[in-house]
Amino acid sequence: MKILLPALSPTMETGNLVKWLVKEGDDVLSGDILAEIETDKATMELESPDDGKIEKILVKEGSENISVNTEIALLSVEGEEIEEKIEIPIESSPPVIPNGADTNTKANNISMGSLLKEQSNSLETKNWSEKEITMREALNQAIEEEMIIDKDVFLLGEEVAEYDGAYKVTQGLLDKFGSKRVLDTPISEHGFTGLAIGAAMSGLKPICEFMTFNFSMQAIDQIVNSAAKSLYMSGGEINVPIVFRGPNGAAARVGAQHSQCFISWFSHIPGLLVVAPSNARDAKGLLKSSIRNPNPVVFLEHELLYKEKSNVPEENDFLIPIGKANLIKEGSDVTIIGFSMSVQRILNALPSIEKLGIKPDIIDLRSIKPLDEDLIYKSVKKTNRVVIVEDGWGNTSFGSHLSYLIQSNCFDYLDSEIIKVSGKDVPMPYAENLEKLALPNTDEITSAVKKVSYTN
Amino acid sequence: MEDKLNDDIGEAKRLQLWEMMLKLRLVEKKAYDLFLQNLIKGTSHLALGQEAIAGAFGVALQEGDYTFCTYRGHAHTLARGSSIEGVLGELMGRQCGLMKGKGGSMHLTDVEKGVMGSYAIIGAHLTIANGTALASKYNKTKEVSVCFFGDGTTNIGAFHEALNMAKIWDLPIVFVCENNLYMEYTAISEVTAVEHPAADRASAYSLDKIIVDGNDADEMYRTAQTAIKKARDGHGPSLIEAKTYRHSGHSRADPGKYRPDEEVKDWMENKDPIKNYRQKLLEFNIDEKTITGIESKIQQQVEEATNISKNSPIPDIKEIYTDVWADGGYKWHN
Repeated sequence: MKILLPALSPTMETGNLVKWLVKEGDDVLSGDILAEIETDKATMELESPDDGKIEKILVKEGSENISVNTEIALLSVEGEEIEEKIEIPIESSPPVIPNGADTNTKANNISMGSLLKEQSNSLETKNWSEKEITMREALNQAIEEEMIIDKDVFLLGEEVAEYDGAYKVTQGLLDKFGSKRVLDTPISEHGFTGLAIGAAMSGLKPICEFMTFNFSMQAIDQIVNSAAKSLYMSGGEINVPIVFRGPNGAAARVGAQHSQCFISWFSHIPGLLVVAPSNARDAKGLLKSSIRNPNPVVFLEHELLYKEKSNVPEENDFLIPIGKANLIKEGSDVTIIGFSMSVQRILNALPSIEKLGIKPDIIDLRSIKPLDEDLIYKSVKKTNRVVIVEDGWGNTSFGSHLSYLIQSNCFDYLDSEIIKVSGKDVPMPYAENLEKLALPNTDEITSAVKKVSYTN
Repeated sequence: MEDKLNDDIGEAKRLQLWEMMLKLRLVEKKAYDLFLQNLIKGTSHLALGQEAIAGAFGVALQEGDYTFCTYRGHAHTLARGSSIEGVLGELMGRQCGLMKGKGGSMHLTDVEKGVMGSYAIIGAHLTIANGTALASKYNKTKEVSVCFFGDGTTNIGAFHEALNMAKIWDLPIVFVCENNLYMEYTAISEVTAVEHPAADRASAYSLDKIIVDGNDADEMYRTAQTAIKKARDGHGPSLIEAKTYRHSGHSRADPGKYRPDEEVKDWMENKDPIKNYRQKLLEFNIDEKTITGIESKIQQQVEEATNISKNSPIPDIKEIYTDVWADGGYKWHN
């Protein structure tokens, strides 16, 4: 029997074989721990699928980036010969995906990291000492640095302490800061969000983690009615310096209740700042700014971006101001606007857009509220054409509001309708092909660019 | 007559309690008059008949302690020492209001006096009060947080989440359920699985079962003192269920007709906290002139504050865009 490297998390594509706990020739029982595997989220134990003998170890311990389904060992089990002869059809042919769906999520990817390297950010004048790290590590650094700088900053949420965070963003913080400042809460979103708000009202600066923003709906009353409105209702007496953070948007294959984007929801509320970075560098700089901001900030991360790397300054005074977008690619023909995961989708479509001879301005908004209107309008006045890409549902969405703002501020400059490529107005389906269809894809983005450019 | 003046409460404190309760009663009555004159619009929720609870805590708490009220929070705000014109002015939507007319009856706030807001979403403020309590523990300061709420709150999830968290972290907090027997327009007993909506749930969170006559100012004061001391000394939270009754309906528009006449009459005539406390003061040989002196003083204060409020301008229209963002400037943000 072949033992394959299993996918131990929904987003795991590769893993590291940290350690073998058995050696060749060992007899094992079903359920015995064979090895420790490090995934994108955690170190997990690999159990033996059956009783038998370890015939051969095919992948040495310490090996990294082993693809899921790689054979890592052979197990001889009773009756094995018979089993081996049975042909098990594994993925005989790739699933048929209807037209329009993005079949190309990995190939042709232009990484955010490489683009940021090319792009000198006009806001950053300093020469930073930089290191290539993941967004997960960048967020962790931001939290750690701010907790060192300011003793009023503390972190709370489900599984953030002992377990190191469900997505490992808070890894190691409990050891560094202790249980007073890194607080595991019960599964009581309303309760711990309210508590965080109360703590902020008396001068602390909580970072309130939602394991995913799907669960923030349990606390939406606290975020909207307490955090956002207290300053106003109290005539300026109570402010709530707090960061609500966690993964937002569709992850991969986790179904309708765990896949949705809340950017439109939160950006609707006066009193809330909304930030949604697309890469590690921005994530660090913006999270630090958010922690220092005296207002409630909804900081929307994305599970699928946690593992993405870019060059991130190591200095603790590296900040990216809230409210400043980034022109990540400069062109002349069309303005394509995205944020968070949709920036990656735009970059996936870039080769096919460029193939048409169209040179786009690509704007990564980074902050949804406040919005960098100056940068957007400047670009639109140059290109005269706009495509907005958002993962969330298109109905009464942030993208709709953005297109309203653009038409009312740049009316005389527009040469075409504004096209919005949004998530489909359906609960997120589970099946792979349907899930891809439900999210904005390369073909849709390219078609929208063609349409606003009147190109066939 | 027995000399009880030198008991644990004493004459000075009793007069303080008297003055406090009277202020809450007379301001609330004035608020009602102002509705009738159409000078206060919108809805509002009076605490007439429930003054002993807020009053006793007002006397027992120290400067710097935090309190959290519900939308029935005029009395609780005044009990911390907020100005009468600040409260009445806010109810009238005037510039002199505690929040410059931006919050209104249901959101009275006065941070300087420790009033951390009044909340009109049932249950929300119990969890928020845990936050100020956590901050006191975090900073090793000695403030106590007190959170008032009604019997109806005991059936919402936040009540249970808050008690659990207060207990697991032993927060310096006192939860005070004012059980006035009716959640809005329905008898609490009809919609609650236990007889005592708060106290019978206490054991689920390893808290003591505390039930007190919320219309007896002395008993209320003693109970408040014990719970506040426990919290201040680092021994964790308490949950108090204080039995009381509101003299009027749930809100301005509610005549309260769902309550049996006999029941209303009994509470108004035999169990009114103010009437009974006046009698008690006399029994304690406190000079009636002292008692009436306090009455006239408060009466005068309320009249003066009413005039100030009536003469205060309405908010400047520029106020619409202030206080949305902590670092000022609506425009920058949008």
